[in-house]
Amino acid sequence: MSDTHSIVPPDALPAVHTPPGKDVAVELVGVHKWYGEFHVLKDINLKVRRGERIVICGPSGSGKSTMIRCINRLEEHQQGTIVVDGIELTNDLKRIDEIRREVGMCFQHFNLFPHLTILENLTLAPIWVRKMPKKDADELAMHFLRKVKIPEQATKYPGQLSGGQQQRVAIARALCMKPKIMLFDEPTSALDPEMVKEVLETMVSLAEEGMTMLCVTHEMGFARQVANRVIFMDAGQIIEMNEPEAFFSNPQHERTKLFLSQILH
Amino acid sequence: MSLTFDDGTFIRSELVTPLPPPIRNVGIIGWMRENLFSSVLNTLLTLFGLALLILIVPPMVRFALIDAVWTGENREACLDPGVGACWPFIRAKFAQLIYGFYPIEERWRPNIVFAAGAILLVPLLVPSWPMKRLNALLFFVVYPIIAFILLTGGNIDASSFLFQRFGLIQPITGDASIAGVNIAFWADFVLTALVAAALVGGIIGLIGGNALSAGRAVLLAFAAFGVLVLAWDIDFGLRPVETRQWGGLLVTLVIAVTGIVASLPLGILLALGRRSQMPIVRLLSIVFIEFWRGVPLITVLFFATYMLPLFLPQGANPDGLLRALVGVALFSAAYMAEVVRGGLQAIPKGQYEGAMAVGLTWSQMMRLIILPQALTLVIPGIVNSFISLFKDTTLVLIVSIFDFLGQLRASFTDPNWATPVTLYTGFAFAGIVYFLFCFGMSRYSLFVERRLNTSHRH
Repeated sequence: MSDTHSIVPPDALPAVHTPPGKDVAVELVGVHKWYGEFHVLKDINLKVRRGERIVICGPSGSGKSTMIRCINRLEEHQQGTIVVDGIELTNDLKRIDEIRREVGMCFQHFNLFPHLTILENLTLAPIWVRKMPKKDADELAMHFLRKVKIPEQATKYPGQLSGGQQQRVAIARALCMKPKIMLFDEPTSALDPEMVKEVLETMVSLAEEGMTMLCVTHEMGFARQVANRVIFMDAGQIIEMNEPEAFFSNPQHERTKLFLSQILH
Repeated sequence: MSLTFDDGTFIRSELVTPLPPPIRNVGIIGWMRENLFSSVLNTLLTLFGLALLILIVPPMVRFALIDAVWTGENREACLDPGVGACWPFIRAKFAQLIYGFYPIEERWRPNIVFAAGAILLVPLLVPSWPMKRLNALLFFVVYPIIAFILLTGGNIDASSFLFQRFGLIQPITGDASIAGVNIAFWADFVLTALVAAALVGGIIGLIGGNALSAGRAVLLAFAAFGVLVLAWDIDFGLRPVETRQWGGLLVTLVIAVTGIVASLPLGILLALGRRSQMPIVRLLSIVFIEFWRGVPLITVLFFATYMLPLFLPQGANPDGLLRALVGVALFSAAYMAEVVRGGLQAIPKGQYEGAMAVGLTWSQMMRLIILPQALTLVIPGIVNSFISLFKDTTLVLIVSIFDFLGQLRASFTDPNWATPVTLYTGFAFAGIVYFLFCFGMSRYSLFVERRLNTSHRH
């Protein structure tokens, strides 16, 4: 599955600008998390600069989804600090809401709202969270639907769309909140092989625009093209982190080598 | 184009175009063969069903229509041997079955309540009708207030709220009253509101919340309640009609509609409470639900009617119908809570996460994402509760409130209409009336279910 999705040449992507001081989008320092007795995240340290694109891979159960879900507080961490867009995550509900407004997320199973039309799915958060007038929200939603290339589906319900279309709607839904950071939790894992490409194309075009992205994915072609850094996790910890070229051609850790040999045949 | 099995390879040269399905059932005979006589067992069942129909339907039709007596002034008309239903009896007792002992010259008041209810309810139920928000406001807020005034006569003579119970207000304000509204009560009310707002604001402020908005919320609640009480307190010159005089379908509908309208929101709150992360809220919800589900409705009504007065302070003696109403509403709220909880449990975790990830607050998430889906799922259960609540209202008979069925049974004792068929006629009529209401609810719920179902569009 390595290079099946060569969509854009790597040099088409913008370089990461790092204005000093305000350049950190997400920072995790010494983060630990337990599910009951089970130590699921162990000493996670990660600094993501603005505009940076991180791909996180690893075997199932390695804590990669849990880690990015901690960033918008879908999971609570018990130790360490997480700072998102300059706001430290605490139990303060106001801060959590503030962070969630700035962080968009796409899920493996899309999690669209089945009782609302596509357009309503997109306009819901702008109207209720950003207090945007309905007319403006509709325009915004149509703008992003055109961007993910399915404006003609606006009046349909999620159940009427294919998996790939649903995931693109989910991306558009997140973008309607004009997020500064996008989290992707295995966005292509539940899709038929024929639909993976359309979703990856959407993600690539998002990367081209300089969106800060953290993607949990096993699409190594995507990682090679788009990522600034690739992170390999196992057993709840970050094992290796490197630029994609070095990561794939010259992995250092034994566990990484084993993992890559399993998935890049 | 042809499929060959000999060499194991195949390449389609031409795509097959879709064809209509083969026709299997030709005409009535085909349908009958398919559905009624497809096997020996089905044939036997069909014949058995037919025999049952022949046994039951013709006598019913004969009793209700063919042999029935349609005109007459008293029992004489229905005494002939072998007569069917005695419909003049129903006609003679009709007003009583609808209004109970509501004074005849005041019956225009329940009539207006019935008519206004129908006029407001029908457009609310038809989805294509415009102005749903205004309509709902009128039906759920304005209508109950007006119905209360019309049915009871209003002018509830509110005299003491909190401080006056200790005799603290009246000495200062005196006994002045304007249009039946007692000034002492309102001085008391405003004072209580201010004290409550200050207390709640102070406590919230102490534990680190927003004292000002908490106080404002309390004042708003008091203001809304005040408007309600004021509307009920003004003397409109209507003759007061005690609830003891109410009866018949009027009481049945008052209890059923109040129960239905109150139990759904209460049940939703209880269901949310039972699934809450906050241990105290969860515990209280569980205790409430399990308590009300654990006792029979008859016990609740008995307790509310005969035992509650023993525990209440002297002079505080709420109206009998009101007590029954509260009992029925809380009782059905507990059942409703469990129905709604079933729906909440069926909503996948991803819906919560999707809603949270786009930044919705908890109440927005519940209101816009979770509850609409959960309630749609459990419409059959909700309507089931409504229907059983509607029929359970007849239990108020045991606390001497004469609902439709109670009024009917009372009318059986009239010697003017003592005939062998009076009883059968009465119950046949009651059956028809209850069936119309319950069947109506059932059909409407099916319509709503189909309309809200977006999952069939896969």
